[in-house]
Amino acid sequence: MSEKKTNRRDFLFTATYAVGAVGVGATIWPMIDQMNPDASVKALASTEVDVSDVNPGKTITVLWRGKPVFIRRRTQDEIAEAKSVKLEDLKDPQKDEDRAKDPEWLVMLGVCTHLGCVPLDQKGDYNGWFCPCHGSHYDTSGRIRKGPAPTNMEIPKYEFVDSNTIKIG
Amino acid sequence: MSDHDYTPKSKVGKWFNDRLPLLTLANHLTEYPTPKNLNYWWTFGGILTFCLITQIITGLVLAMHYIAHADMAFDSVEHIMRDVNYGWLIRYIHANGASMFFLAVYIHIFRSLFYGSYKSPREIIWIIGIIIYLLMMAAAFMGYVLPWGQMSFWGATVITNLFSAIPLVGEGIVTWLWGGYSVDNPTLTRFFTLHYLIPFLILGLVVLHIWALHVPGNNNPVGIDIKKPSKDTVPFHPYIVIKDGFALLMFMIVFAFFVFYTPNILGHADNYIEADPLVTPAHIVPEWYLLPFYAILRSVPDKLLGVVAMLSAIFILAALPWLDTSKIRSAVFRPLYRQFYWILVADVLILGYVGAMPAEGLYLLIARVATAYYFLHFLVILPLLGLKEKTLPVPLSITEPVLGGSINFASAKNTERSNK
Repeated sequence: MSEKKTNRRDFLFTATYAVGAVGVGATIWPMIDQMNPDASVKALASTEVDVSDVNPGKTITVLWRGKPVFIRRRTQDEIAEAKSVKLEDLKDPQKDEDRAKDPEWLVMLGVCTHLGCVPLDQKGDYNGWFCPCHGSHYDTSGRIRKGPAPTNMEIPKYEFVDSNTIKIG
Repeated sequence: MSDHDYTPKSKVGKWFNDRLPLLTLANHLTEYPTPKNLNYWWTFGGILTFCLITQIITGLVLAMHYIAHADMAFDSVEHIMRDVNYGWLIRYIHANGASMFFLAVYIHIFRSLFYGSYKSPREIIWIIGIIIYLLMMAAAFMGYVLPWGQMSFWGATVITNLFSAIPLVGEGIVTWLWGGYSVDNPTLTRFFTLHYLIPFLILGLVVLHIWALHVPGNNNPVGIDIKKPSKDTVPFHPYIVIKDGFALLMFMIVFAFFVFYTPNILGHADNYIEADPLVTPAHIVPEWYLLPFYAILRSVPDKLLGVVAMLSAIFILAALPWLDTSKIRSAVFRPLYRQFYWILVADVLILGYVGAMPAEGLYLLIARVATAYYFLHFLVILPLLGLKEKTLPVPLSITEPVLGGSINFASAKNTERSNK
């Protein structure tokens, strides 16, 4: 039994496979990446919303990046309710202060974190939102309380341009 | 098989067949020895072939009039319904054809489950069948998105979001599937492309399915191995062709009833409202044929585990030939399995029913029990049953009991009666 020696042929095989693998990868990648969002989609980054006629207890829904964003002007009761919740009762612990910079205004993606439906306003067991698709309940801060959704509704990047205008994105 | 030494009679035929043996193939399909005791549950293979061809032809015609664009898709479907000559007919055949296709495939699958057609040596036929079934679900789902109604849009949103349950890369995959940050025009155009492609993949797999079938030959209601060709078999043509043809006619009556008398009963009224990304319909449900899996998804209170349970419910079928440890194929000779079989049928129907109901209260409880039983059936009951069950004596051939000469079969019947 002779010991197997690395010879020129083995080297050539390995080199050929390696170059071949890179070539196949470089050919397949454009085929996969063409499905990702292109620059024109990514460019639709921000939306400005006039909130001057949103009174306490009212929610408006605006479209941002093809998804609904809820802008709710919360009542004092709702704010108190959101703040009184103990963090250990939450599936995805998050303080209300961290979700609403100005406690009166809750700006969040109106997309259920379970499978992407739009939850219904002022419904469910926690006076917040209720997703009709698979029964997730959110509280007045948009935090998940009951049902299959794993996390709270997402807070997008936003800022007050002036007291009546919110810029999302 | 003896039909492979076929020689065409004519000189031209022989010349052609020596170069491309198509005539040998045709002869094989004609003479193919088939068990003579096949009942009407065996006619659904032919019916399914008819369904596939119907979907491909009507689909091609619809694609001539349909516009795959988020702004125009909904209107183009209405254009097909109102303006295109016979467009309503072609679209109703295509839409109801999907339901008929699934009706037939479920009967076909449950036929296999009852008569043990998935067992050795037919595992590959069975697994190809499961792949076809998966592709059918993918095609049906993507086809349902194309009219761009409310159910289309939200169905697409929910199903694509299933992938977001995958840890770390889930969100990236969903964005990639969408080609944006939500279901939108890029999603629609790629779904149209894939919806067009999949039926041809299915067609290829059907060829493999039949090829794999023709190696061991058909299983039969008695579930025993038979000698081919022999007194136990008849040639495929004309015997099975006529029987399949008659069953197909009966099936087409049901099909035509839906198309002409109640074409929308299997759909959802919400899908006649154009897609609106701001409003989710109050009660969102998939098409009837996906309801049992939908019920399993909703019965698990955790996102990732719910998705895992739903996919496992389908993939577990592929492992069935190894989960079922019984050597006896047909449920006719398995008195206990036969009862569990019907419980499974009831279980799947119950899952389908609760899948259409809101996921709360009693419905949720029933869905959970039924989901648990579904897995129990495949993972616990089937493996144990094969080891414990006392099966009835199996006849030695198909001809024996028919000619009244089988002591085996008569005693099987007697034991069965005395057991009750």
